Amino acid sequence: MKAQIQGMRRKLTGVAAVAATTMALSGVFAGQALAKGAELLGQPTPGAYDLQRAASPLKYEAIAFHDHILMPIITAITLLVLGLLIWIVIRYNAKANPVPAKFSHNTTVEIIWTIGPVLILMVIAIFSFRLLFAYNDMPKPYLTVKATGYQWYWGYEYPDQKISEITSVPLKQEEAVAKGVPYLLAADKPMVVPVNQVIRVQVTGADVIHAFALPAFGLKTDAIPGRLNETWFKADKIGVYYGQCSELCGVDHSNMPIEIHVVSQADFDAWVKSKTAPAAPAATPAAAPAAAGAPATVTPAATAPASAPAAAPAAPAA
Amino acid sequence: MAHAADIDHHDASHDDADHKPPFFARWFGSTNHKDIGTLYILFAIMAGLVGGVLSGLIRWELAEPGIQIFGPNSSISLMGLIEQSKHGYNAVVTAHALIMIFFMVMPAMIGGFGNWFVPIMIGAPDMAFPRMNNISFWLLVAAWVLLLTSMFVDGGPGKGFGGGWTIYPPLSTTGHTGPSMDLAILALHLAGASSILGAINFITTIFNMRAPGMTLHRMPLFAWSVLVTAFLLLLSLPVLAGAITMLLTDRNFGTHFFDPAAGGDPVMFQHLFWFFGHPEVYILILPGFGIVSHIVSTFSKKPIFGYLAMAYAMVAIGFVGFIVWAHHMYTVGMSINLRAYFVAATMVIAVPTGVKIFSWIATMWGGSISFKTPMLWAIGFIFLFTVGGVTGVVLSNAGIDYSLHDTYYVVAHFHYVLSLGAVFAIFAGFFYWFEKMWGVKYNEFLGCLQFWIMFVGVNLVFFPQHFLGLQGMPRRYVDYPAAFAHWNYISSVGYAITAVGVVVFLVILLEAAIRRRKAEANPWGEGATTLEWTLSSPPPFHQFSDPPVIKADSH
Ligand code: HEM
Ligand SMILES: [Cu+2]
Ligand SMILES: [Cu+2]
Repeated sequence: MKAQIQGMRRKLTGVAAVAATTMALSGVFAGQALAKGAELLGQPTPGAYDLQRAASPLKYEAIAFHDHILMPIITAITLLVLGLLIWIVIRYNAKANPVPAKFSHNTTVEIIWTIGPVLILMVIAIFSFRLLFAYNDMPKPYLTVKATGYQWYWGYEYPDQKISEITSVPLKQEEAVAKGVPYLLAADKPMVVPVNQVIRVQVTGADVIHAFALPAFGLKTDAIPGRLNETWFKADKIGVYYGQCSELCGVDHSNMPIEIHVVSQADFDAWVKSKTAPAAPAATPAAAPAAAGAPATVTPAATAPASAPAAAPAAPAA
Repeated sequence: MAHAADIDHHDASHDDADHKPPFFARWFGSTNHKDIGTLYILFAIMAGLVGGVLSGLIRWELAEPGIQIFGPNSSISLMGLIEQSKHGYNAVVTAHALIMIFFMVMPAMIGGFGNWFVPIMIGAPDMAFPRMNNISFWLLVAAWVLLLTSMFVDGGPGKGFGGGWTIYPPLSTTGHTGPSMDLAILALHLAGASSILGAINFITTIFNMRAPGMTLHRMPLFAWSVLVTAFLLLLSLPVLAGAITMLLTDRNFGTHFFDPAAGGDPVMFQHLFWFFGHPEVYILILPGFGIVSHIVSTFSKKPIFGYLAMAYAMVAIGFVGFIVWAHHMYTVGMSINLRAYFVAATMVIAVPTGVKIFSWIATMWGGSISFKTPMLWAIGFIFLFTVGGVTGVVLSNAGIDYSLHDTYYVVAHFHYVLSLGAVFAIFAGFFYWFEKMWGVKYNEFLGCLQFWIMFVGVNLVFFPQHFLGLQGMPRRYVDYPAAFAHWNYISSVGYAITAVGVVVFLVILLEAAIRRRKAEANPWGEGATTLEWTLSSPPPFHQFSDPPVIKADSH
């Protein structure tokens, strides 16, 4: 039995080698991060097998945490278990080892496999909390957009710019094809925001629960009737970004896309002007009052800067 | 653990130990734990086939972008059973989950194997409350009828309830105004009552009816696992019952528990649901832990490594399982402190889970292993459960969960621990005890064949779903953007392979029933040490009228 344990020790060293190989392999996954350049931005890439490309600081951090900390650790653990099982199949099948050992205890190993995971989890937790608090610590926002989920479309309101709710309706398949945009991701009117600015999104639901999600910014916040949840992003590349409703909301849950256009400051100012200029009245059919069902009680998900409402300076050019 | 070899051999030929009641009384008014166990297992196989057909519809629909079989004029419209609409898809997804959880995994593990083997393993003649045992089973049948009815009556947006197994309001209140949801609620009530009665029965049996010398610390791990599971059921199901009763009164009697317009809170429902829901997912897997421990030890011809640690790891998992529920709710807008707490608490669960995995490996280490069908399933379980466990650790990080919540990554995670974990454990147990339960042998070649087909199939179904989730594909979608087509197609191909495996399973049942090879009392040899292997196969109608006496062994 002692010999068995000794053998077990020797094998464990072999296993450490496997783990090391894994770490090396995870370099391949890191290489994947380089390949990210080849991936589409703001929408899923066909056949891709990693997190969608990022365009906002929170998602950069999330990808770094996932690709460089979590993936190597979970790959190593999985390969360790697989390696041990394969070894067992080879070495301890009835032919190779006709007489079974009888041991059923080994305090040292038991302590190792209890403390080991604890330490690994503590390392994970440090990075995890850092990311979680980063999500929570919203910098002073430049702009606030209120997103309301309806069955089955989104409404975007810019309270500080006095832009009343813009309804963003999903494109039909023919329309999407005609415009050359991805069906089920594209909407008729997008949310428009300036590049490199902190955007606060307040999210609520009008009828049932929906979820406002945008993978490239790492956003997912439930749109719950009677609550006003809050999240934020800071897009660092001009472009078109797509997301999809991410809480089952009924029949057309799979067809209520979220489309965000990130534009230059000048374009944004011009857009705001076009929306507020008296010449273009009633751009939206007198958008149904946001509080369709319920008085929205403000539930700040993030402990937002106390001076919230006035925080967003109105768009300079008026 | 106790050594059955050391026990006094009692005589099975005791008077009328084998006197069976006539057919109707035996199967409809059954009070015999083995007969009730058999009923549960047959029920679970039936429900599993129904749930499996529903998942076939899901994968068929998702095989390519666009709406095919749930659109008008589809190829299945002739069947007329399932509604040809996007709502029909949601109803099928919902029914699939409810059926697999409440009518397949739970009845198989707890009602089936639990009833069959817990009394035998602890040296008891039957369950503590045999008539209540019978009621538990028939309540489940009634629940099943209600759930099926619910699928075919008006839900509001169409036939059936399409709000997901999580039944979140307002979608399950104002979003589904038809009677379908009420029937589903009542189905859950009855299934819950059935499980609570079963839990009371198991706890009483295990605490009071152990044979002389069978102390808790000598009790086989499967009995331990059912004991812990029974406590989880007893403590969590009443919370679900309360929550769905409030849902029922919100729907029908003008209350506003979850209606924000009148001061209620939909998020409150989610807290109540997941206070039940997280323990529930462990209810689905804990008996599997017990089964796998027995099999690994039997086929390695070695005692279980770290028996006490294995038992108390399950107790720890059960306990911690009650304080991590809101990791399903990172995106609802909880305060930062709450989110941080739930991240930390959730990670803690990985520690006892790791202890179990490594202890199984250590049990096999140094063994003299024969790779019979049950052992293949058990080893498959250990590896695939590990994969599901590590993705659970990824999801426990709230900052990552913002990208992965409600995507196919979560679907992949829970299918690795359930379809490839719990279901593998069920197949492992089914073949381990096949001869014991049915008194005939299964065909070993077909058993291995089924394992390998299903192993390839289910991995092909679920591994690519990680990639879809990472790229952001949301779950519960009837149609998806073209970019997700590739991995979805592969996943559907995997389903076809899995379905072949299920057919092989049915062939195994048929082959065994036709050939009727006589079973042995203990086909597995010296490694099989628990009490069921001291009895004939199948065991006498009543066993242990004179309780066996258990002596200590070294562990
Ligand atoms: C290492 C242990 C585990 C951890 C850390 C873990 C963690 C998690 C987390 C954080 C989620 C929520 C994901 C989301 O919705 O965004 C989740 C979902 C889920 N887990 Fe696990 N999990 C573990 C093991 C298990 C086991 C053993 C089972 C059952 C056998 C299980 C079944 C499920 C199910 C069914 C869901 C999805 C529920 C739903 O939304 O419908 N998990 N898990
Ligand atoms: Cu939705
Ligand atoms: Cu959970």
